[in-house]
Amino acid sequence: MSSSAQTILDVRDLHTHFFLRRGVVKAVDGVSFTLRKGEVLGLVGESGCGKSLTALSVMRLLPKGAARTVQGEIVLDGENILKRTPAQMREIRGRKISMVLQDPQTSLNPVFSIGDQLREALLRRGPAKLKEIMKQAVAALRRVDIAAPEQRIGQYPHQMSGGMKQRVVGAIAISGEPEVLIADEPTTALDVTIQLQYLKLLKRLQRENGMAILFITHDFGVVARMCDRVAVMYAGRIVECGPVKQIFEAPSHPYTRALIASVPKMSGTRGRLTAIDGQPPSLMDLPVGCRFASRCAHVEQRCLEAYPGTTQIGADHTADCWKIGSI
Amino acid sequence: MAVVDRPQSALPAAADTPRPFWRSLLTLRGGAGVRRTARVPWIPIVIISVIVVMAVFAPLLAPHSPIDQTLRDKMLPPAWMDGGKAKYLLGTDHFGRDILSRLIHGARVSLLVALLALTAGGGVGLLIGIVSGYVGGKVDAVLMRLVDAAFTFPAILFALLLAVTMGQGLGTLVIAISLLLWASFARVIRGEVLALRQRDFVALAKVRGCSTLRIMLTHILPNVLNTFMVLVTLNIGVVIIAEASLSFLGAGIPPPTPTWGLMISEGRGRIAEAWWVALIPGIAITLLVLSVNLFGDWLRDRLDPRLRQL
Repeated sequence: MSSSAQTILDVRDLHTHFFLRRGVVKAVDGVSFTLRKGEVLGLVGESGCGKSLTALSVMRLLPKGAARTVQGEIVLDGENILKRTPAQMREIRGRKISMVLQDPQTSLNPVFSIGDQLREALLRRGPAKLKEIMKQAVAALRRVDIAAPEQRIGQYPHQMSGGMKQRVVGAIAISGEPEVLIADEPTTALDVTIQLQYLKLLKRLQRENGMAILFITHDFGVVARMCDRVAVMYAGRIVECGPVKQIFEAPSHPYTRALIASVPKMSGTRGRLTAIDGQPPSLMDLPVGCRFASRCAHVEQRCLEAYPGTTQIGADHTADCWKIGSI
Repeated sequence: MAVVDRPQSALPAAADTPRPFWRSLLTLRGGAGVRRTARVPWIPIVIISVIVVMAVFAPLLAPHSPIDQTLRDKMLPPAWMDGGKAKYLLGTDHFGRDILSRLIHGARVSLLVALLALTAGGGVGLLIGIVSGYVGGKVDAVLMRLVDAAFTFPAILFALLLAVTMGQGLGTLVIAISLLLWASFARVIRGEVLALRQRDFVALAKVRGCSTLRIMLTHILPNVLNTFMVLVTLNIGVVIIAEASLSFLGAGIPPPTPTWGLMISEGRGRIAEAWWVALIPGIAITLLVLSVNLFGDWLRDRLDPRLRQL
């Protein structure tokens, strides 16, 4: 346990596949990462690379029937939660691990007041008097910067703005004081000014609670603001992982480089944005070699023949590429 | 009219506090008063109320006994026609029973059957729809095949079969009509639940650690109640027609208890000499079903979440 004292969530070689009639879609295919206590780990990648499915696998809330985790370990606070029963998972969810989703419009039940929805979450801490719970609910709303929480508590979701709803969702998510919060693109549906506000709020809550956040996004600007470390995902695998500063200043994997190069810059000469040519490989028919090989500028024979192992670059910086150091 | 002159923002404080459910049913304009909703169907509401009052206070309102025969006064036309007696406002049937009194007492049976059948059939349909839609998988497949089977079975035939095996009576009638209703309820509710299940608040309820049962009861059920209410009002007409048809066919309530369907059935043979015996309950059924349907249509528009959201 000594090595995991710092690690709160350790995902090892996770494989989550969709089993369809047409074949097997390997949406998450060998993902490993660790999340340390109190840190924010960004998980970035393009649409469909398996970010959200990784999150759902960790929560064990995969779409019923279609997707299944076939291999790997998810060690949360020292225990492999893949071995837990559904009833035990219900105990773990909300208390140890919680989640915020992308769309605040559908994240709240439209027929209940937000007070009732907060109460449902707060009651899980243990039985308490109604008055006490209501007090806690007001405090929870105040914590997420909702003005006049006493009035707001009786309101329904349709009476609130998107940013406010997302803050309420946040209040509900952290009401069980989880150690890990998975934030799946929580600011994508908010407008830019509200985004900044929400990110600041998340950061503050994270510091106050000392919880770790797995922050899923495709926005490098958000990564720079929020995260301590970042993991870059491509076609179902993490291709590079390291401290934010290093990833931005010295990206090692060709995909990470291409991704950072494609981010529009505020300064310097204006010109066409750099794009990555080609398409990611089909998740139903993955190549044996490196998954980025077909789009990579530095591709050579061995890239096509075998998947590169994980190379240690810095103390805390890894990448999956054959040509680390030579490009 | 005065309604037009009323200022548009008549309710400044109303936006902050949610108005009770029944208020939104009564007001002519929804929300902040900008959007115009369909006019409140006052005429259907009045007709429904009159029939409900008739049913509830039948023994107090009926001028005569609905069962006692006065053979001297048989087949008298309504009071306003030649040969009619003021004593019998809507005339009498071939046993000399007062049609108005039978109509009033008959409303009781029709509405009671509607209430019981909708509670039983609708309730079962609601339950099966939620379980089927939410649990999904094999449970869903089995339940939906049951629903398909229920749809293929001719309901009237089934009711006749029940009447033969179990004997006539209120219980048989309610069971028969419930069997006719549950499948359509289940199918509509399931469709609604399938959409609701995908919403993020259900996923977040799981994140919070809610059990399947709790999610079905506290998150899914309240969200389908609007649909359920509308289904109920739209099906009241179906039930009353079914009750009338079954009574007409002799599979419903046994005579001499008056029901509207039975009254039509009894008057059918003598329609040439005494048309009022069959026509008056026929008009009553038409009025009630039409009113209930108009009311149901309005309620559906009124409760439509897409309109309500704005």
